[in-house]
Amino acid sequence: MHGELLSKDFPAIDAIIKKYGERKEFLICILQDIQARYGYLPKEALTRVAEKLDIPLIQIYSVATFFKAFSLRPKGGHTIHVCLGTACHVRGAERVLGKIKRDLDINVDETTKDMNFTLKTVNCLGACALGPIVEIDGKHYGNMTTVKVESVLKKYSIKKME
Amino acid sequence: MEITLNGVKVQVEEGWTILDAAKFYGANIPTLCYHEGLSPYGACRLCVVEIGRGGRSKLVASCLHPVREGLNVRTHSERVVKARKMLVELLVARCPQSKILQDLASSMGIEKVRFKPKYDDCILCGLCVRMCEEQMDAKAIGFVSRGVKRRITTPFDIKSEKCRTCGACMYICPACQLRCQGPKADTVLCSGCLNISPSCLEKYEDTMCYMDPCVACLKEKEGNKKDVKKKN
Repeated sequence: MHGELLSKDFPAIDAIIKKYGERKEFLICILQDIQARYGYLPKEALTRVAEKLDIPLIQIYSVATFFKAFSLRPKGGHTIHVCLGTACHVRGAERVLGKIKRDLDINVDETTKDMNFTLKTVNCLGACALGPIVEIDGKHYGNMTTVKVESVLKKYSIKKME
Repeated sequence: MEITLNGVKVQVEEGWTILDAAKFYGANIPTLCYHEGLSPYGACRLCVVEIGRGGRSKLVASCLHPVREGLNVRTHSERVVKARKMLVELLVARCPQSKILQDLASSMGIEKVRFKPKYDDCILCGLCVRMCEEQMDAKAIGFVSRGVKRRITTPFDIKSEKCRTCGACMYICPACQLRCQGPKADTVLCSGCLNISPSCLEKYEDTMCYMDPCVACLKEKEGNKKDVKKKN
C-alpha cells in the first residue's frame, strides 16, 4: 500500500473526500480516514486533499503536524508502545526501551527497515501494577525485563511469522 | 460609546479595539506582532492593558479586545508596565540579536535580562505568516507542529511552489533585523543607547519632550521613584 501504488491511488482519496461532501470543515475526518487506510499521511494524499478542498497546503500540514494522532511517516506492521510512566520508570522501563532500541536498531518514533515495527513511548498505560509494561498492537505485556522483551519481540518478528 | 481611558472619559466608535482607541487618543501602547495592514493576532501580548476595576481587573491584549460601553482601560498602570517588562525580557532572552526587541527593551528601561539567552531566530509572532497569506496571497508558510516544537516553515520543509520569493516575510520580520553589534554581540542586552546623554535641551516637570518615549527621561524617572515614595 506504500509508495508507488499511492501515486495512482487518487480515486481512493477522492472517494474519502467525497464521503464528506468535499467540505473544508471535515478536514480532520478526511485526514483520519486517509491515515486509517494507509497507516500514515502520504505527502501526495495531502497535496490532493489541498487541491480538492481548495485550502492551502500549509494549513493541512499544520493540522497534520499539530495532532499526535497523525503521522507523516509510514508506520510498521506492529506498533510497540513502551510505557515510561513513573511506576514503570522506577522499575526499569528505560532499560527495556534501550534493549528494544538496540535489538531493532531504531530510535523512538522510528520504523524498522523491514517496515515491521514502529517504536513509540507513552507516559502511562494505566496499568502501573504490571510495570514495566510494553504494548504491542493493543496487547499488553507486563513485568517486562530485558530478557523477557526479547522473546516477546520474537513473536512478532517477520522470520517467526513465515 | 464612552470608555474611560487612563482616567479620562473619551468617545469611541463601535467596532474599535482598545488599541484603536488608545492610538486615536494618543496613548502610546507598545506593539510587536501588530501591523496596520494585517489582521490582529495577539501573539506577543506586548499590547496588554488593564481593564475592569479593583480586584477584578485583568490584563487583556488590546489589539484584539473590542471596546465596550463604560470600559475602564489603563494602558500604563503598574501591573501593565510590570507585565510588559517581563514580556520584553523574555523576548530578548529568546532572540537577543533582534534590533527591534533591543529597542523595545531600551525604551522600557530594562537593564538586565535574568533568563538564559537562547539565540533563537524566531519569536513566533506570526507576522510573516499573516503577511504571506493576507498581503501576498501566497499562503506558502505557516505554523507547524505544536508546543515547544512549534515553528514556521513551508509544507514538508521543502521549497513551496506557492512561494514567489517576494521577501515580504523577511521585510516584516522583527527578528531578522539585527542589532548594531551584529548577531554575536558581547552582551545579551545592548542598552548602549541608554548611556547617551539627554538630547532634550529643556526639561519640564510634568511633560516629556516630543521624543516619546525619551530614554533619558525614563531613566531619570526611574531614579526618582524611590524619592517620590519616601515623600508620600
